[in-house]
Amino acid sequence: MNPFSSGTRLRDMIRSIRACKTAAEERAVVRKECAAIRSAVSENDNDYRHRNLAKLMFIHMLGYPTHFGQMECLKLIASSGFPEKRIGYLGLMLLLDERQEVLMLVTNSVKQDLNHSNQYIVGLALCALGNICSAEMARDLAPEVERLLQSRDPNIRKKAALCSIRIVKKVPDLAENFMSPAAVLLKEKHHGVLITGLQLCTDLCKVSEEALDYFRKKCTEGLVKVLKDVVNSPYAPEYDIAGITDPFLHIRLLRLLRILGHGDADASDSMNDILAQVATKTETNKNAGNAILYECVQTIMSIEDNSGLRVLAINILGRFLSNRDNNIRYVALNMLMKAIQVDAQAVQRHRATILECVKDLDASIRKRALELIYLLVNETNVKPLTKELIDYLEVSDEEFKGDLTAKICSIVEKFSPEKIWYIDQMLKVLSEAGNYVKNEVWHALIVVISNASDLHGYTVRSLFKAFQTSGDQESLVRVAVWCIGEYGEMLVNNIGMLDIEDPVTVTESDAVDVLEIVMKRHTSEIDTREMSLIALLKLSSRFPACSERIRDIIVQNKGSLVLELQQRSIEFNSIVAKHQNIRSALVERMPVLDETTYSGKRPGTLPATGSTSTGASLNIPNGVAKSALPLVDLLDLGSDDAPPPSSSGGDFLNDLLGIGVSPTPSMSGSSKSPTKGTDVLLDLLSIGTPPAQNNFSNDLLSMSTNNGPSFSSLERTQSLSSQVSSPPGAAPMMDLLDSLSPTVSMTSNSLADMNLTGDNGLVHQPIVAFQSKSLKIMFSFSKKPGSPQTTLITATFTNLSSNDYTEFLFQAAVPKFVQLQLETASSNTLPASGNGSITQTLSVTNSQQGQKALAMRLRVQYKVNGEEGLELGQVNNFPHGL
Amino acid sequence: MIHFVLLISRQGKVRLTKWYSPYTQKERTKVIRELSGVILTRGPKLCNFVEWRGYKVVYKRYASLYFCMCIDEDDNELEVLEIIHHFVEILDRYFGSVCELDLIFNFHKAYYILDELLIAGELQETSKKTVARLIAAQDSLVETAKEQAGSISNIIAQATK
Repeated sequence: MNPFSSGTRLRDMIRSIRACKTAAEERAVVRKECAAIRSAVSENDNDYRHRNLAKLMFIHMLGYPTHFGQMECLKLIASSGFPEKRIGYLGLMLLLDERQEVLMLVTNSVKQDLNHSNQYIVGLALCALGNICSAEMARDLAPEVERLLQSRDPNIRKKAALCSIRIVKKVPDLAENFMSPAAVLLKEKHHGVLITGLQLCTDLCKVSEEALDYFRKKCTEGLVKVLKDVVNSPYAPEYDIAGITDPFLHIRLLRLLRILGHGDADASDSMNDILAQVATKTETNKNAGNAILYECVQTIMSIEDNSGLRVLAINILGRFLSNRDNNIRYVALNMLMKAIQVDAQAVQRHRATILECVKDLDASIRKRALELIYLLVNETNVKPLTKELIDYLEVSDEEFKGDLTAKICSIVEKFSPEKIWYIDQMLKVLSEAGNYVKNEVWHALIVVISNASDLHGYTVRSLFKAFQTSGDQESLVRVAVWCIGEYGEMLVNNIGMLDIEDPVTVTESDAVDVLEIVMKRHTSEIDTREMSLIALLKLSSRFPACSERIRDIIVQNKGSLVLELQQRSIEFNSIVAKHQNIRSALVERMPVLDETTYSGKRPGTLPATGSTSTGASLNIPNGVAKSALPLVDLLDLGSDDAPPPSSSGGDFLNDLLGIGVSPTPSMSGSSKSPTKGTDVLLDLLSIGTPPAQNNFSNDLLSMSTNNGPSFSSLERTQSLSSQVSSPPGAAPMMDLLDSLSPTVSMTSNSLADMNLTGDNGLVHQPIVAFQSKSLKIMFSFSKKPGSPQTTLITATFTNLSSNDYTEFLFQAAVPKFVQLQLETASSNTLPASGNGSITQTLSVTNSQQGQKALAMRLRVQYKVNGEEGLELGQVNNFPHGL
Repeated sequence: MIHFVLLISRQGKVRLTKWYSPYTQKERTKVIRELSGVILTRGPKLCNFVEWRGYKVVYKRYASLYFCMCIDEDDNELEVLEIIHHFVEILDRYFGSVCELDLIFNFHKAYYILDELLIAGELQETSKKTVARLIAAQDSLVETAKEQAGSISNIIAQATK
């Protein structure tokens, strides 16, 4: 006999693997075993095939590759004896999954086994088929399985029922074949067959409307009776769990009834009594009973309205919520999330308890509770709830702070009744957990601060105080630095004192201290230091007395290893030292940032449910009217602080030097327009958002750099100098700083001219793409960065009728030369009478731009009061040149 | 639907895995590593549910073994706990107060039992007695086949002596 093929026994192999002390030893043993098995495989050894396969399965479980054993499974399955088949099928299920092509080879053997006279062999084949069959196998073997549903042996019937579930999931069109045999199973007495039959019906209902109707008509009554029988059945030791006869059966019955009752008043009516009985009579001191109640509550919540039952259900959840068992509380929270849509008032009653759950030790419960609280917040309770959450923030786990701050910020943004409250809460969050706050959140805060002109003084003073205590919270520091840079004189002179404030005495040098600390602290991030440097420049003009000191601080960074800092400090030093005359104009306060543009900037990040992330939903009230610069709109710069055409050079640079933030790619770099002249304009004008500004000043001021990020902007700067044809603009940029005012003003003037005269062809006004008496669709256009052929269309849907539209679905078709990509819509519910709208972005690439015009067919589908609505239309009025 | 069943020892060793939804070998390893990291570190008093990649993992510890089942978000977590317990009771009855070693050396038997309990990620049988009976019947089929093979090889051995 071959010395390898005999090998060791399975037991011995497991023992020797377990005896290994190191991973290397284990690998060696496994390698040896695998080698032996491989050679046995190649010799086509019959005697030990099943043992080898068993070994392989163990090796597989340890995570080693075992693909070479796959064919062995097939051979074992094809052999005649039950023991070989049993191990062969087990191997098949373990070593293969439905995506392996080897699986197709087994179809024939499975088919034969399904027709075998031995019920256990049939059972093996059904089990394997149910666990791993692919769509092709499902199609091939469905008739066999269908036949076995009527087998005489209950064990085969139940296996066939579960196998059918897999088949129907893989190939939904086969559902109708299984409908009537499945209905027959519901009349069974054998629990195994009954629960598998119930499960099959449930899954059939999920894939096929037809099946749902069929079972609803034929089986509802019967199922109610079965549930009654099982609820009232006497003690049955075989199925008893904690005094309840077969809770699994209860649960499956309730689940199918839920699906049948949903959206059907008659069916719901017929099950009311039994649901009430289950809800009131079920034992609740054991998990099994609670599992049934939980299922029952879900059913009550989703069948047609019966207020008595709903009260019962909410009460059960209330009891669950106060249970000491964490599992029960978890499911209660989970269920209340669904109940909130049915009866928000009832859920509000449990608010205090839910709030306690946010503070639970258990991460799963905390997460659920936080999601739930988030849904419970409204205008009336936002203040106390926020206070509670912020108080908890102080003591919460580190890993929970991220989620918690995200939710708090989102709540505060969404429901803040007034700005001062918003600012106060945000400052609290920032001082408590500023390191966990996402960038979008504090960006939004700065926008709000910038808009609240009466609160500038208050805010900067609060930030100054907060900095003293929580200077280690990075995003707090950034906001503080920004505000001190902008509103430094208000800090020092107590301008704009509110009644509620205690007067503070802050000297100019105190304010500079803050910035100096930030600059010098080695833990400060580079972005923060950059912001601080710019704030220093601003203060040098606001506080002339400190000018020299500020210059010293700036100069210290001339040798900074961070290129951005080094470069900036050299430039600023030059401004402070040589250009006193223009400095004050240079560092004027930032114009008010536009809230609407800012929040509209990131429509894509708006979370679908509103419960996942923060930051995006910046629906801060009181938006400033957007300045009507069509060009700005067009280029998607989203800013109204782009200098108006007539602005002087000083003003202009002021913007440029506005506080920049992280070196995110600037909007300008990515916006593309066909004409080069406007490219330059783009660069100059794209200073809408803080992230863009830094880059921008980079563009103008950086010359001899060769680091990555500014390289591209350097190129653009050069393109600016070469392409702007006016002579002053063509002067090397380095000169800008040395002979600053004349050149810059001329440059910007000439650019401003171009802005005026520029490319009107680019201004694509929004169009009404479609209008009927019930629906209006507006398209607005912007160009996709980097590809002139691509246009981003923002479609805005408005409902002109007096009924809400649900399940709103917009589809579009375009000619062949155009490529269309539809993004997800902002919502699928369209409120009535124009009380809101849905937006959806379409990305259109016209491969024959300039030759052929865009055209589009539209199809809009929705439901009004449960009725299907459909609108069709065609858009031919696209602006030229898209 | 149950997407997979995992048995993990307290040391993080895998004792049984059953996948009812397709996962590649790579994904499987990743899933196991990820989940054992989460589950093994949870304290004893916490709830038995972990939210994971849009699914829920229901787990329960029995002695040194964690039984984990991954289910859909809207499945009944409490029921799955009962299913786990059901499985454990059947194992217990079959092996006679089951321990981790039983499941290591007779892992294939544990799989056979699981296959009588779940198919396609759904519960198949609620009676422990029935499962025990079915397993016993199949085991005896194997025994008979072995004896026959033994006697045949004896006969052959005798005949060729």
